[in-house]
Amino acid sequence: MTGRGRGLARRLALIADEVRVPIDCDADIVSARQKGRELASQCGFPTTDLAVIATAISELARNIVRYAVHGEVLVRLVEADGKRGIEVTASDDGPGIADITLALQDGYSTSGGLGLGLPGTRRLMDEFELLSDFGKGTKVTVRRWKR
Amino acid sequence: MQVPILKQGAYLIATVQSALTDEDLKQLRDTLVVSVSKVRARGVIVDVTALDVIDSFATRTLRDVAHMIRLRGAETVICGIQPEVAFSMVKLGLSLEGIATSLDLEEGLAYLDRKGKGPGQEVGTHR
Repeated sequence: MTGRGRGLARRLALIADEVRVPIDCDADIVSARQKGRELASQCGFPTTDLAVIATAISELARNIVRYAVHGEVLVRLVEADGKRGIEVTASDDGPGIADITLALQDGYSTSGGLGLGLPGTRRLMDEFELLSDFGKGTKVTVRRWKR
Repeated sequence: MQVPILKQGAYLIATVQSALTDEDLKQLRDTLVVSVSKVRARGVIVDVTALDVIDSFATRTLRDVAHMIRLRGAETVICGIQPEVAFSMVKLGLSLEGIATSLDLEEGLAYLDRKGKGPGQEVGTHR
């Protein structure tokens, strides 16, 4: 219906196992990116893409630890229009994002960080969707397709 | 996961062996800043060859290490950033501007040797 929802409406087929990693502390950030990388590697992504995907997972998982304390990262292999890809969903029931436009700007951070997590992750991946209800939580979904 | 730090001559060499959590990174930073004066090191090398991800937090911590060590009167070289890691860092918008980097440990040591012999260190030997 809207341009924003188009990516979601497309039929995505799940083509393999998924990995679900609860995010509660520092160490979970490392474990999420390692498990995500493993899954992407099974799918045959080249090394450069593996680093890109692992970095994106790291940034999204850190946002959970830093802003929401608890959440989860779900990584799955998907297929659409004959292309294979990897989808990462980072969700939490934390405070949500007050100003999404600001949060997507380079250098903007409310936690004293570099402010590159969200805008940087958006640059790393092919698709980026951000849903946030202020006061209720945040869900970021990113995808990268195999070339 | 603790990072072993070796002393070689006037240099300290920290070799990262596996993925580091944020807490590990902070600990490495703090240990290096303290050790550099304890052993009177003139240079520090942080070898990150084993890291498959250097995200925004790791970059910020490495940058802090280099700046803190410079304030302590020594030089830092980050060595061994893998090509795909460099690619991801640049895409994410990260840089290590103003911080010495080298391809590997050998180049890093050579850099520190050159630095040690350069002007400024040996006052009076250059015009």
